[in-house]
Amino acid sequence: MAEPHPHPDRLWRNPEPKRVYDVVIVGGGGHGLATAYYLARNHGITNVAVLERGWLAGGNMARNTTVIRSNYLWDESAAIYEHSLKLWETLSQELDYDILFSQRGVLSLVHSLGDRRESLRRVNANRLNGIDAEWLTPAEVKAFCPIVNIAPDVRYPIIGGTLQRRGGIAKHDYVAWAFARKADEMGVDLIQNCEVTGFDLEAGRVRGVHTNRGLIAANKVALCAAGHSTVLADMIGLDLPIQSYPLQALVSELLEPVLNCVVMSNAVHVYVSQAHKGELVMGAGMDPYNSYAQRGSPHLIEFQLAAACELFPIFNRAHVLRTWAGIVDVSPDASPILGLTPIENLYINCGWGTGGFKATPGAGWVYAHTIAHGEPHPLNAPFALERFTTGALIDEHGAAAVAH
Amino acid sequence: MLIPCPWCGDREDVEFKYGGSAQVAYPSDPASVDDATWARFVFFRPNPKGKMAERWVHTAGCRRWFNLVRDTVTHEITPP
Repeated sequence: MAEPHPHPDRLWRNPEPKRVYDVVIVGGGGHGLATAYYLARNHGITNVAVLERGWLAGGNMARNTTVIRSNYLWDESAAIYEHSLKLWETLSQELDYDILFSQRGVLSLVHSLGDRRESLRRVNANRLNGIDAEWLTPAEVKAFCPIVNIAPDVRYPIIGGTLQRRGGIAKHDYVAWAFARKADEMGVDLIQNCEVTGFDLEAGRVRGVHTNRGLIAANKVALCAAGHSTVLADMIGLDLPIQSYPLQALVSELLEPVLNCVVMSNAVHVYVSQAHKGELVMGAGMDPYNSYAQRGSPHLIEFQLAAACELFPIFNRAHVLRTWAGIVDVSPDASPILGLTPIENLYINCGWGTGGFKATPGAGWVYAHTIAHGEPHPLNAPFALERFTTGALIDEHGAAAVAH
Repeated sequence: MLIPCPWCGDREDVEFKYGGSAQVAYPSDPASVDDATWARFVFFRPNPKGKMAERWVHTAGCRRWFNLVRDTVTHEITPP
């Protein structure tokens, strides 16, 4: 592991857009930057631009709760998220940047018989897919995470839990900056404050993008805009089964280390970890209505904090420092859409909903493959847009045991 | 967010359930509809950044359904 870099003046150039690129990636978040990196690293395609409306990684990449795990139920999901987790395990070395990846374990609490059956099924499914998963009794939950309240007389007593020890967290900003720096080094142009306003389309084939900085021609255009995917798709007449919702998160003030792992609870609906800096980072369910406002309803925060205080009585005296929301792109089966589109040379990566951060390296890897070869990588082939017509859905709604 | 129920007046959004996009028509001749059309009806909905016509139900109040137009950026609500 390299030492932390001593305050460089910059991590990437700030170039003017060229007139023509081999690949234009629309959206400079984690997935867009990872895609650019793997296009250059794995496929030697470096004449690439990443266009970002605001600043790099300032959308959901700056707003997520940084949980990383791969314990999904279905084979297709398990495969792509496990691929991603394996990339996370060496990403600091790969990018020569300490992204503070910490495999502290992801503990999912179980509060009901229904939860228990689902969770045991998921543990078994994970093991069959070669993914580490354990069932814990309440006493084992308490031993692993001593501040959890396992008393039987609370509203939703803990009757067990599942644990993925290889799960954990990473520092989201460092992840984005590390990908950006390496992509830039290999020649990728990272262009900020460049908003796509339309597409250059001819005979069902995309030839470039119109931006607030002029027309940029491209052999291939790859959409990677998360909550704004349908805003882009509407410009080019591509229909996506995506709805955009606010997903709220919050942090406490900085505290001494009190929480040693990631804890999730679907039944009382909160997930929490303690960031390296010391703040408790919490998320919950998304607001139930379509929105691009990057803020949600206060009662969701109230429910989430009530759940957190019941699970962790020690949190009662902590203060909320900040709350915010990101706009998440949710597909009908809560699985991503990653692959080709009916428009030639136009590619789509969206629908990661509430769980895109953990997929950052894995999604970038397979999306780069898809763009480079003009056909999906085996890992993302099941996640094609056509599945909503064929009916071959990958139904992770509820199957994932917790909100992502 | 305060939502104007046409029968009960302005109430907090916690009293309501969201019904998604309004004006989604069931296929008029379902027996003759192909898979692509069914997919559109079942899975594809408008997701505008701006004014959106949508359905709400006042579950913790009068329990009636109604339509309204809400701006998805400002959350400002205007009558349908």
